[in-house]
Amino acid sequence: MKSKMSAYFPILIAGAVTGLLAVLLTVNGNPANMGFCIACFIRDIAGGLGLHRAPVVQYIRPEIPGLVLGAFLMSLFRREFRAQSGSAPLTRFLLGVFVMIGSLVFLGCPLRMVLRLAGGDLNALVGLAGFACGVGVGAVFLNKGFSLRRAYSQPRSEGYIPAAVALGLLALLVSAPAFIFFSESGPGSLHAPIILALAAGLAVGMLAQYSRLCMMGGIRDLFLFRDPCLISGFCLIFLAALIGNAVNGSLHFSFADQPVAHTESLWNFLGMLLVGLGSVFLGGCPLRQLILAGSGSGDAGLAVLGLAAGAAFCHNFGLASSASGTTPAGRAAVILGLAFCLVVGLLNLRKK
Amino acid sequence: MKTVDARGLACPEPLLMTKRAVDSDGTPLQVLVDNRIAVGNITRWANNHKLSITVTESDDGDFTLSLNA
Repeated sequence: MKSKMSAYFPILIAGAVTGLLAVLLTVNGNPANMGFCIACFIRDIAGGLGLHRAPVVQYIRPEIPGLVLGAFLMSLFRREFRAQSGSAPLTRFLLGVFVMIGSLVFLGCPLRMVLRLAGGDLNALVGLAGFACGVGVGAVFLNKGFSLRRAYSQPRSEGYIPAAVALGLLALLVSAPAFIFFSESGPGSLHAPIILALAAGLAVGMLAQYSRLCMMGGIRDLFLFRDPCLISGFCLIFLAALIGNAVNGSLHFSFADQPVAHTESLWNFLGMLLVGLGSVFLGGCPLRQLILAGSGSGDAGLAVLGLAAGAAFCHNFGLASSASGTTPAGRAAVILGLAFCLVVGLLNLRKK
Repeated sequence: MKTVDARGLACPEPLLMTKRAVDSDGTPLQVLVDNRIAVGNITRWANNHKLSITVTESDDGDFTLSLNA
């Protein structure tokens, strides 16, 4: 029993700290229910770099480089850092693109989905149902032998690249050269102080590396192995943020008028269905991809680049939803993404 | 003894392969993995299923897990 408790300890701490830091970040300037949103933040960074030109969502969010660097340092410290890649890289890139599209049609990655729920946004409950269904379908594929095949060792320098890129982004944020875009209004203009956001990213990055915190993994392991370890972290994020929001007076239960959200249930459901399925195939939610990239996985690094490219497509082609709802192109892209995932799933079943 | 080579694979695949091999061929079983996440997950699963497990780490960072009833 004692060993069982100790297995849960890291993930419970990681979940609680992530939930509380998320509320702290919103109190200090991040958009509502957006203490952390891996999809939104990568989208903002893509905008900051000018990969898309939506003026309201451009900022170099220091949480993202913080998460990568935190995971990098923790993986070095624990001797778990390993430069590896070669497991269906282009498939993973495109899965990243479609996971981002699903996220931006729903308006949030799985982590923000939990945070939205903890802020009383009931649309996130619909999203959660879709996400769980997506993970369930993915689990069926895994049980039938789905695999993107093995990764191979790479030179150690290859594994340092995500951390180096993270440092480069921080340098661009601090030096703010003229070619970097910073929103003057909208969600991109709302942000916590750099030091606080970076510190929160580093802390969550370290804890997530240590504990394997993953929004998708929790539901997947419950389906596949009846193992509730990972999902306990997911629950603690929810509880910690719920309490934080209640204390802070920012807990409002409703479907309508929630911050950076829309009420089109079908597309909230299908968007997160796509995110759930794509995340199972990638082996982790967007947060987990960042953590794995920091720990040396080039395949996860490529999935993150796919997320960034997907974010640029979302705003260049009008796929992203807004508070007023989804777009026709966004709805079509979700269907395309689901079709893509089904083909990837069917083509990668390993014969016994 | 049957050997499952799950090196280079990310969880849950190493655990699923182990589970399948135990279900079809039983123990003893040898599993090769190359990351501590897989070692931890397979160890936890084995403990929950009353299988004994020994872990040896080689110099190149790979792990050999031996499962017995």
